[in-house]
Amino acid sequence: MVQVKPGVRSCMPGFFNEWPGCTGTGSPRYTGLGIFASLKQPIPLEDAMKSNNNKGASAEQDQPQNPSRRNLLKNAGLVGAAVSSGAATQVIAADSTAQQFNATSPSMREALEVLTAEEAETLEAICDCLIPSDEHGPGAREARAVHYIDRALASHNIADRHDYMVSLTAINDYARQTRGKAYYDLIKDQQNSILLAVQQNKVPGCSPSASGFFNTVRSHTIDGTFCDPYYGGNQNFVGWDMVRYPGIRLSASETDVSRGAQLEPNHQSAYDHQTYTKMVKNMSPGEHGGGNNA
Amino acid sequence: MPKQLPKTDVVIVGMGAAGGVASLPLTQAGLKVIGLEAGGWLSPRDFAPDELRNGSRNWPQSAQKAANEAPTVRATSNDVAVQGGHPMMNAVGGTTMHYWAQSWRLNPWDFKVVSATRERYGLERLPEDSTVEDWPFGYEELEPYYDKVEYTVGISGQAGNVQGRINEAGNIFEGERAREYPMQALRGSPFTERMSEAARAMGAHPFQGPAAITTEVFDGRAPCQYHGFCNKGGCHVQAKSSTAVTTIPKAVATGNLDVVTFARVTNIVTDNNGKVTGVDYIKGNETYFQPADVVLLGSYAYENVRLLLLSKSRAFPNGLANNSGQVGQHYFSHHQGAPVTALFPFDLHNWYGLPAQGTAIDNWADDNFDHSDLNFIGGANLWAHTDRKPMSAAKMSTFGEVRNWGSDWKAFIMQNADRTNSSYIQKTTLPYVGNYLDLDPTVKDTLGFPVTRITARYRDNEKRIAAYSQDKMEQWYLEAGASKVIRSGLGNTMGPSTHAYGGTRMGNNSQTNVVDQWGFAHEVPNLGILGASTMGTSGARNPTLTVQALAWRTAEYLANNWRSVVG
Repeated sequence: MVQVKPGVRSCMPGFFNEWPGCTGTGSPRYTGLGIFASLKQPIPLEDAMKSNNNKGASAEQDQPQNPSRRNLLKNAGLVGAAVSSGAATQVIAADSTAQQFNATSPSMREALEVLTAEEAETLEAICDCLIPSDEHGPGAREARAVHYIDRALASHNIADRHDYMVSLTAINDYARQTRGKAYYDLIKDQQNSILLAVQQNKVPGCSPSASGFFNTVRSHTIDGTFCDPYYGGNQNFVGWDMVRYPGIRLSASETDVSRGAQLEPNHQSAYDHQTYTKMVKNMSPGEHGGGNNA
Repeated sequence: MPKQLPKTDVVIVGMGAAGGVASLPLTQAGLKVIGLEAGGWLSPRDFAPDELRNGSRNWPQSAQKAANEAPTVRATSNDVAVQGGHPMMNAVGGTTMHYWAQSWRLNPWDFKVVSATRERYGLERLPEDSTVEDWPFGYEELEPYYDKVEYTVGISGQAGNVQGRINEAGNIFEGERAREYPMQALRGSPFTERMSEAARAMGAHPFQGPAAITTEVFDGRAPCQYHGFCNKGGCHVQAKSSTAVTTIPKAVATGNLDVVTFARVTNIVTDNNGKVTGVDYIKGNETYFQPADVVLLGSYAYENVRLLLLSKSRAFPNGLANNSGQVGQHYFSHHQGAPVTALFPFDLHNWYGLPAQGTAIDNWADDNFDHSDLNFIGGANLWAHTDRKPMSAAKMSTFGEVRNWGSDWKAFIMQNADRTNSSYIQKTTLPYVGNYLDLDPTVKDTLGFPVTRITARYRDNEKRIAAYSQDKMEQWYLEAGASKVIRSGLGNTMGPSTHAYGGTRMGNNSQTNVVDQWGFAHEVPNLGILGASTMGTSGARNPTLTVQALAWRTAEYLANNWRSVVG
């Protein structure tokens, strides 16, 4: 479903100094390694691409060739999203040949709709503590929970935008005061202990409260990791694979049900099904009655 | 001035579970009906299997009329009421679009709680602050209407008592039915089979519950595909027997029903003789007056009460049909909370399947068991069902095993996402002195009209049933192999509920009830009221089928007694 195209990449905090195409929104505080400091063993770029392509292969076969609104959206948003998902960005960060991607057309780059660069980087570190990438596999980072939250804060969860602004700043202030560095520059153990303090309502300056914000961000991180990928999270279905959810099926036979998690994951978004693309030509006739009065 | 529309025979306020059913017998009898609906038409294309949109973001209710006038809630009159959400949706078909579709008949005991309790245990066993009354008729009176609805909208289920013949595969405690269900019950699942087996080991009588969901081609609609997005989602193949795909299209096909969508009714108009003459409604930015010989009020319980209280006139200075002060009284929200949640040491295979696909135990419901040594009346229906989705699975209880985030938590949900289940326990709930609906003194909707205020709390009888049924549910889960169980709190405040009863109660006594045994207001002969706001007891099961049977009965009475009702 998700195709990764060389030459398409997005700006993420941490790259501002190396990537001329991304200057202008950067802050001098970023040194280029921020969120990738824990990178241990970069996987080769080609493998990352291949793996991304493979993930989408089965779904792709079901896709009609005609460009629907959904596909256009995907090409504009989700495809761009794939490139900065964990594995691929790590590779880019570590790869000395990454400069070759510099020629990307600006219009293909992905924006942060709501969060500032620093807020996004702080949130990325929080999400990675909540649902970590670890020996058990990918987590919120690979699912692109931050990308999901950023978009949700511009739309459905716009009422929470203020809480994010205030609380992410407060958490960074607390990190600097107690550990001498911004939250996202701390090592994982330090980040975890500060996040626990947030959950226990011990970090001042959060909105509506530290524990209240914790509950919000935990809930949104889960949403962004396990939602339908249409919304920009659960990238490459890493969330559904994590809990062994075999995927949306429009019909589930008794055999499907009894196989349960043994079913091959089908890796399909609800909106991979043309039924739900809202095209007028799909409307069934005779479903409106009356209407002569007013 | 409102724009005056041509007069019609009947105007129905609300094209949902109740109004949608009532429209059919009326139009089939040749009456001209206008159905005013606050929402619009939805189609199968709108019902994507999307947990985020449906379950979490409350599409489409969050932007609707109901959301603008969500009731405020407080436990007692000493508290300040706070506004929350509204659990219902506005659409042609109303909440039957996205409900679980469990479609039960009430137990015969539910119609005669007072007399049956007096007979078996003595009147002192009734909670002394309860205002409960016997219904004006028994189960036998409603049976033919249950039957009509089951066969018209399409209910699947396993009968337990057909003309006195008991079938152990069904509910052996149910009232006598004239015939089987029109369709066999929804199939079991590995989990419900396991639970059924455990129930039998406990000596209970498990059975597959009835649902307004097709299990074979019915009336041109496809059977259920078990994909599992019923909860807050409509059906992509129209297997859910919503009134939007059953009675309403049939009524439209008679040529006698016009459905007006996005119509927000603001007032029921009364003449100086105390009869209703029609309704005012707003559509877009225009106001209309729809004259009618008869008004049937079929919105939700909160809105039925609210519209009556807002419709003041010289004849009804305290609100329509409220000269005896009974509008808003005898209100109660069904006690459906206080679940037990279990953790199993193996996968349950619940990723597919729907909440109406479950197994029930009625052995401790209603008066199906001896209460001589107990300190409550009534009981609970225990329901174990499938329904698991990734986001809600990730938000599962950690059963105290790990912190709710981080690597340990991640390992926990990776293992246990499909190993937990939460029960649905519906309990007998009674009306009480001090539990009521009225208009909030400060909170208003977007038009400036006050919203409904709920003042209500559960009493000892409900809490005792809750504790007793949790014991049984816990035993049931453990028998089925659960390794851990958690019991939720017993509840206090009666919040806004999808099962809201009373406020316009039905009964023969005009001093304690708003509508008579046919559903017409004691004080207003040409005003009928539809919905669970007329019900005086809850039973231990979902109200919709009873609401629909009552709506059919009221409509049929109107069609057969047109001249006497219109006057």
